[in-house]
Amino acid sequence: MKLQNRLGKYLLSWPPLVYLVLFFLIPTCIMFVAAFRFPGDYGGLAPMYYIEEGRVVWDLTLENFQRIVEEPIYLELFLKSAGYAGLTTLVCILMAYPLAWLIARSQKKHRDLMLLLVILPFWSNFLIRIYAWMIILGPQSAFTKAVNWVWTGMGFEPLQLLFTPFAVIVGMVYVHLPFMVLPLYANLEKHDMSLLAAAQDLGANAWQRFWKITWPLSLPGIFAGSALVFIPALGMFAIPDILGGTDSIMIGNLIKQQILDTRDWPFGAVLSIMLTAGVLGIAALGSLVARGGVKRG
Amino acid sequence: MAKKQSVWLWVSAISTYLFLYLPLVIVVVFSFNDSKLNAEWVGFTFKWYDQLFHNDKMLTAAGHSLMIAVAASLLSTFFGTLAGVAMHKYKLRILPFLVLTPIAIPELLTGVSLVIFFVMVNQVLGILELGLFTILLSHVAFCIGFVAIVVKARMQGMDDSLVEAARDLGATPFQAFRLVTLPVIRPGIIAGALMAFTLSIDDFVITFFTAGAGASTLPLEIYSMIKIAVTPEVNAVSSLLMLLTLVLIVIASRVSPNSLRADN
Repeated sequence: MKLQNRLGKYLLSWPPLVYLVLFFLIPTCIMFVAAFRFPGDYGGLAPMYYIEEGRVVWDLTLENFQRIVEEPIYLELFLKSAGYAGLTTLVCILMAYPLAWLIARSQKKHRDLMLLLVILPFWSNFLIRIYAWMIILGPQSAFTKAVNWVWTGMGFEPLQLLFTPFAVIVGMVYVHLPFMVLPLYANLEKHDMSLLAAAQDLGANAWQRFWKITWPLSLPGIFAGSALVFIPALGMFAIPDILGGTDSIMIGNLIKQQILDTRDWPFGAVLSIMLTAGVLGIAALGSLVARGGVKRG
Repeated sequence: MAKKQSVWLWVSAISTYLFLYLPLVIVVVFSFNDSKLNAEWVGFTFKWYDQLFHNDKMLTAAGHSLMIAVAASLLSTFFGTLAGVAMHKYKLRILPFLVLTPIAIPELLTGVSLVIFFVMVNQVLGILELGLFTILLSHVAFCIGFVAIVVKARMQGMDDSLVEAARDLGATPFQAFRLVTLPVIRPGIIAGALMAFTLSIDDFVITFFTAGAGASTLPLEIYSMIKIAVTPEVNAVSSLLMLLTLVLIVIASRVSPNSLRADN
């Protein structure tokens, strides 16, 4: 019986375990080691060691990390990416909150449909959703013309919308918005409405009821949604690549360029490690805050 | 007071829905527009669809995408189902970490580590040259997690005493799994498989890294069209892809009504 149980455990867990060790864990480890190696003569990686007089000599370096410290442009790009991701998260919170609140307060039979309508665009192709904004923000579009009609009417020079940081933020908000609505809804739906009624009876106005009760109670949902938006936004390369101009590239574009175009893999690996560290930091912060929130609640 | 508040809520909620859907509607509408520019309505035409179906590069790419998506869906459903069941039945440490991390980190990082890995393996062992097969292996790696989550959620809704009853009646563990557990979690497995299919056929970032020079998939082809020359052919292929996704979602909701719910 016990043996059978253990056999079942191995039969079930080993196949996926082996697959993921092979095609996720080992590649990740190789990437980490690559950060300490020299670039190859024709791109890629130089040999990790060579043999001299029968002895193995390791050929590893910290130079790739030095480059990041010595040239401020890389750190600046990292901060700029964090800024873009942060702004995206903020706009997502502002847009998702009223919607999530409304869904949570709707009749039960309507909620599933309203949620499905939020998720549905997420299932259409990622590139198509970005492409849609190329059309809308393009110089010929009705939207751009309308904006510029107002803008020039106010006496300013006509604006370019596509290939700007603005377009990048719009695209990132568009793609990530469902990830903010869902956790926020899951949180708001659980709120005890009698708290708000009690506050009203005690004379709190609408703003006070929101700011003193709903907002603090919804913070766990905000944090969960922020992590789900901020983390992929920080590592984004396709949206700035398609909607952004030369001035709106992010860390992801630099990584893509190092790995696929310049083929300086060690430096690309260093940048990837920095990105991983940023992501893990945010995730750790998120779970810390969430745990604190649970304790207080 | 409360009335005024809810009007504002409705206005902002409806504008958010418009924000979500207008772009997609515009793409579809312009796919029928008789003008090379996606700017104003000129007249109705099917010519972009016609051009699309005569575009050999696009058709080849679509064939590749379909093949990879079917294979990735089958393989990741196999691994993901095992992982989901194992994660529900046993207290495991490494497997949940390996299953969930690829979902949580930016896709870019998975792409970078896999391309370095494949090229190194190719240099050392002479196998796994970048191409359709490496795309498939990469897709399976990130789809396993999604299948595992759906299956695990389904397992949590299952009554464990069913399996115990089968065992008491003399079924071997394997029989109990095949005759009791599997039929109960089948909707979850099908939903997971459809999810993996959609994720694979739509994937751009990881495919972009692991495709190498020769191989093309639909998203890669769409990307190069967007980057080089935008024509309403892109709108046509986009509309067809949306239709395909919609059909899959309808199937998934028929098979497993709860699998699409937000709490899963």
